[in-house]
Amino acid sequence: MDWLSVLIFLPLFGGLWISLTGRNKTAFARWAALAVTSTELLISLCLWWGAVPNEEGYFYIIRAPWVPTMGIQFLLGMDGISLLLVLLTALLSPVVVLVSWNAVQRNWPAFAALLLATEAGIMGVFLSLDLVLFYVFWELMLVPMYFLIGLWGHERRLYAAYKFFLFTITGSLLMLIAILGLYFTHGKQTGIYTFDYFELLKINLPGNSEMWLMLGFFVAFAVKVPLFPIHSWLPDAHTEAPTAGSIFLAGLLLKTGAYGLLRFCLPLFPDASADFAPVGMILGIIGIFYGALLALVQEDMKRLIAYSSISHLGFVVFGIYAWNEESLNGAVLLMLAHGVTTGAMFAMVGMLEERSGTRLLAQLGGLLSPLPRLASLLLLFTLSAMSMPGLANFVGEFLVLAGVFQVSAGLAVAGALGIITGVVYLLWMYQRAMLGEITIKRAWTDLNRRETVSLGLLAFAVLWLGLYPAPFLDSLQIPVTAIIESKSSVPTGSIDALR
Amino acid sequence: MSQWLWLIPGTPLLGSLIILFLGSLLRRKHLAMVACCASAAAFLVVVLAWLTEATSQPLQQTLYTWVAVGEWRPMFGFTLDRLALVMVSIVSSVGLLVHLYSVPFMAEEADQRRYYFFLNLFLAGMLLLVLADNLLLLYLGWELVGLCSYALIGFWYRDPPCSNAGRKAFIVTRIGDTALALGIFLLFSQFHELSLSALLTNATTQWEKGSTLATLATLLILGGAVGKSAQLPLQVWLPDAMLGPSPVSALIHAATMVTAGVYLIARTHPLFELAPHTQWLVAAIGALTIVYGASAAVAQSDFKKVLAYSTISQIGYMFLALGCGAYAIALFHLTTHAFFKALLFLSAGAVIRASGDEHDINSLGKIGNHPSIARWTFLIGAASLAGVPFITAGFYSKDAILVTAWSAPTGPLLWIFAAFGALLTAIYIFRVYFLVFHGSGPRTSTISLPYFMSLPLLILALLSIVSGFIELPEGWPGPHLWSLWLADELAVATFPPLTITYTLQFITALLPLAGFSLALWLIQREQAYQSLPLANFLRSGWGFDAFYYAMLVRPYLALARILQAGESKEGITYIVVRPYRALARGVSDAVETLLIEGALTRITRGFLAFATFCRKGVEYKMLEAGITSLVAALRFSYTILSTTQNGFLSRYALVISTGAVFFLGYWLW
Repeated sequence: MDWLSVLIFLPLFGGLWISLTGRNKTAFARWAALAVTSTELLISLCLWWGAVPNEEGYFYIIRAPWVPTMGIQFLLGMDGISLLLVLLTALLSPVVVLVSWNAVQRNWPAFAALLLATEAGIMGVFLSLDLVLFYVFWELMLVPMYFLIGLWGHERRLYAAYKFFLFTITGSLLMLIAILGLYFTHGKQTGIYTFDYFELLKINLPGNSEMWLMLGFFVAFAVKVPLFPIHSWLPDAHTEAPTAGSIFLAGLLLKTGAYGLLRFCLPLFPDASADFAPVGMILGIIGIFYGALLALVQEDMKRLIAYSSISHLGFVVFGIYAWNEESLNGAVLLMLAHGVTTGAMFAMVGMLEERSGTRLLAQLGGLLSPLPRLASLLLLFTLSAMSMPGLANFVGEFLVLAGVFQVSAGLAVAGALGIITGVVYLLWMYQRAMLGEITIKRAWTDLNRRETVSLGLLAFAVLWLGLYPAPFLDSLQIPVTAIIESKSSVPTGSIDALR
Repeated sequence: MSQWLWLIPGTPLLGSLIILFLGSLLRRKHLAMVACCASAAAFLVVVLAWLTEATSQPLQQTLYTWVAVGEWRPMFGFTLDRLALVMVSIVSSVGLLVHLYSVPFMAEEADQRRYYFFLNLFLAGMLLLVLADNLLLLYLGWELVGLCSYALIGFWYRDPPCSNAGRKAFIVTRIGDTALALGIFLLFSQFHELSLSALLTNATTQWEKGSTLATLATLLILGGAVGKSAQLPLQVWLPDAMLGPSPVSALIHAATMVTAGVYLIARTHPLFELAPHTQWLVAAIGALTIVYGASAAVAQSDFKKVLAYSTISQIGYMFLALGCGAYAIALFHLTTHAFFKALLFLSAGAVIRASGDEHDINSLGKIGNHPSIARWTFLIGAASLAGVPFITAGFYSKDAILVTAWSAPTGPLLWIFAAFGALLTAIYIFRVYFLVFHGSGPRTSTISLPYFMSLPLLILALLSIVSGFIELPEGWPGPHLWSLWLADELAVATFPPLTITYTLQFITALLPLAGFSLALWLIQREQAYQSLPLANFLRSGWGFDAFYYAMLVRPYLALARILQAGESKEGITYIVVRPYRALARGVSDAVETLLIEGALTRITRGFLAFATFCRKGVEYKMLEAGITSLVAALRFSYTILSTTQNGFLSRYALVISTGAVFFLGYWLW
C-alpha cells in the first residue's frame, strides 16, 4: 500500500466525511477528528519504524503520472527531513484537536474538516517532489487556514486572515513564476519538459537566471518563515487565530518555509544560494534580534510568543545558510523543537485564556499557586524555548551556532547574544504571568486530564529531543550530506568575506 | 565501581523525579525524607568511591550517545578523577548537611514539594557538572544548576523582589554562559571534539604557548567562570540572590554552585597554561574582586548580604590562586571555604529565623536572644573566614594563596591586594559578629535549635577547623597531603624563597588580629553615628547596579519600545499598502471621474437627447398623426357605413333584390 498517499488523503477524506455526515454532531466530529489524527500519528510512527533508506536517502517514493502531456506527476517521496517534519505534523494534529475540544464552540464539524484539510495540505507539502504538486499543496494548506482564522479567530480575525492570505499568496505567485521558469529552461536545455524534482536537480542554469529563479522561491519561503521585513502578517495571524490555528501556524506552517529553503532553494540553485548565503544569514540574525526585542515589550502573551517565533526561525534560517553539517542538522532539529515548544506554549495560552478570560500579561500574575501543574509545564516549555540544555531547543541551537562558528565567528557571537535576548523576554513573561501576587480572584481549576495528556505528549517530545536526539539526527545523515554536496563545487569566498 | 558512577548524580535526580511525580501522594514530612535519602545515597556512593579504587585511578562510565552529527558523537559519560572526587565529596557532603538542615528550617513552608524538587535537582546538576567527561555535558550541568538557582532564589515568588532577583541571577549568569558556549564552539571548530581528555591533549600538542587561539578560548571560558562565580564584572547577581532561603544560600550561593567557575578553570588548566595573558587576567580579576567584595561587605547592613559580598571576595582568592598556577591550593581554599561559608550562612539563617526574619544587623543586635549554638558556630566560621592563625582551616588555605601569589608575575602587587582584602575580611566579619551577637539585646538565649539544625552546624564547625590541617604551610614541618595527593593532576604551586615565605606568613598571621581591633574601632564609630567615608558607594556594591541599569537595561528597553512603535504603525503599511491605496485613489480619481464618469455622463446625456428626440419626433408627430388619421379613417368609414342604415324600405328592397340576383347568377353560371 502507498502509505505516503494515505498520509495525505486520509485527513482530506476524513475531513470531508466529517463535514458531510456530522452536521451539528459536535461530539462525533471531535472523536472522529481525534481518531483520524491519531491514526495519522500511528501511521507515521510505523513509517519511521520501518524506514530503510535507498542510496539517495529516500525511505519511500511514490510515482504515478498525473498530467503526462505536461510532465506533471504525482510524485511523493520521504527522506529524513520529510520524515521528521511529517512526524511533527502528525504529533501536533491530535494535540490541536484535544486543545480545541471545548475551546471551539461553533460548528465543530466544519472546524474539524478545515483542520484535517490543513493537515493534509501540510503533509502534502512535506512529501511532494513534483513542483506542480508541491505548489498545489502549498496553496491547499492556505485556504482552510484562512477560514480557520477568519471564522474562529478573535476580535480582529478578518483583518488578520486577509493579511495572512495576501502576504502568502503574493509570495507563492512569485514561486509559481519561478517554477515555470525552471520548467521551461530545463525543457529547452534537455528537451524533457518535466516538473520532477530529481530531474530538475541536474539542471545547469546560467548565473543570472539562476539568481532570479532562486529569489522567486526564496521570497515565497521567506514570507512563510517569516524573515524580517516581510514578517508583519505573523503577529496578527498568530494572535487573532484560534488556539488550534496558532499551533498549526507556528508549529507547522512556518516550518514549510524553512523546509522549502532546504528542499528547493539550496539544492536546486546551489551557486545562487551560496552567493546569497551571507544575506540569508544576516536576515536570520536580524530576525533573531528583532523578534526578541519586540517580544520583550508585548502585553499580549500570544503576541509575545508570536514574536518569539520570528526570533527562533531566525536561528533556523541562520543555520540553513551556514550550510554545513552541524548547522543543517541543527536547523532541522530546531524546527522540530520549535514546533513542539511553541505549539505547547500557544496551547497553554489558550488554556489560560479559557480560565481567566484574558491574555494580557498585566492582568495575569501569581498563577503558580492556583495552577501548579499548568505553571510547571509552562516553565518546562519556557526553559526549552530559552534553550536550556537537556531540553529540545538546546541541541538545535547549539548545533546551529557550532556550525555558524566554522563559517564566521563574528556571526556566531551575534547569534549567541541572541540566546541571551531570548532569556530576557521569556523570563519576564513567565514572571509576569505566573509569579508575583495573584491578581484575578476566582475559582481556578488546574489542568484536566485531556489537557494534561495533550501537553504531556509535547513535554515528552521536548525531553526526548533534548536528552536523546541521536535517533533523529541519525535519520538526517544522508539528506544533509546531499545538501552539503550540492554546494561542494562552489567556492566559499563570498562567505569568508564576513569573517 | 565504574559502572555505578551514574548513581552519584542519578540518585538525587531520581529523588527529584519522585518528588515531582509522586509528590502529591506524599505528606510534607515524607517529601523532606525522600529528598534527604536521595542526597544521602549520593553521599554514600561517593564514600564508596573513596573506599574503592577511585583514589588510585580515574573511573569512567559512558551511558549512551547523546548527539550524533556525522563523525562527532558526544556521549553522556562520566569521569571521576581526583579533581572530580574532591568536588563530588564537597558537593555531596555539604548537600546532605543542607538537606538535613532544611527539614526543620522549611517545616512551616507550604510549598515544600517545589523546594525539595529543585534542591535535589540542583544536587544532580552540580554532580553532573563535576563528573561530565565532555564540555557539552558539563554545559548541561552548568545550566541546570543555574536554573535551580533561579528557581530557589525566587522561592518566595509572591514577593516581586524575590522573583526579580532570580531573573537577574539567571540573565547575568547566562551572559557568562554564552561566553562559555562560544568558547566551546571555538574549541569544537578547531578540534572537532568536545571530550575533555582528548581536547586537552590535542590543545597541548597542537597549540603553541601564547597562541591567539589559546588566549581567545581561555578568555571565553573565563567569561563563563566569571559569570557563575560572581567575579568582576558579572558579580551583580549574587548579593540579590540572598533573598532566597538561607539553606539555599549556604549550598548554592556559597559552597558549591558559585565555585563551579573555579572548578571549570582547574579542569581546563592545560589550556590556561598555554595562555599566560589570560592566566594573568584570572589573577588580576581575582585580586580586584577580593578588594571589591571585602570593601563592599564592610558597609553592608543586611546580615546575609555581608556574607554574599564575602563569598564574592573569597572566590576572588581562588581565582587569584588559579591565575598563579596554584590549582591545588585554589581547590584547597574552595574546600575550606565551602565548609566555613556554609557554616556562616546556616548559623545566620538560624539567627534570622529565630528573630522573626529580621535581616538588619543593627536590629538583630537589639533583638538579641540568639540561639547559643548558632552564636558559637558563627564565631568559629568567622574565625575561619578571617583566617585566625593556627587553629582555623581558613588560615591555612588563605596563607598558602597569599604566599604563592608573591611569586607570580607582578606578584607583590597582587599580594598587596590580597593582603588588604584579608585585613578587610577580618574587619567586616568581626564587625558583623559584634553587632549581631553583642548588641544591646539579651545575650543569654532561651531558644534551642532542633537537632537536625544543630547537627549540621556542629559538623561544619568541626570541619571548618580541622580541614586545614591536611596541608600545612610551605616550609613548615608536617603533612602536605593535599598538594601531594593532587600532584598527578594539578601541578604543584611555586613558592618564593623561604625567608620571604616566612615573612609573608608572619604578616598574614597578623592581619586577622589587626582586623579584629579595627572592627571594634569601627563599631564604636558607627555607634556614635559616624558613618564610613564612601559608605553609600560601598553599600551599593560600588554602584555597579545603577551603572548597568543606565548603560544596558535602559537602552535595551528603549530600543525595544522604539521598534514596537515602528511595528505597530507597520512599516509595511507605509511601503506597500499606503502607496497601493494612493495608487488606487489616483486611479479612481483619474480614470473613474475623468474617463468613466465622463463617458457615463455623456452616454446618459445622449440617452436623454435621444429620449427627447423620440418624444418629440416619434410620439408627438408620428403617433399623433397616426392616431389622427386613424380617427379620420374611422370617421370616414362611419359615414359610409351609416348610409346602409338610413331606414328607407325601398333602398333596402333594392339592395336585397340586387344581392339575390347576384348570388343566383353566380350559382347558376
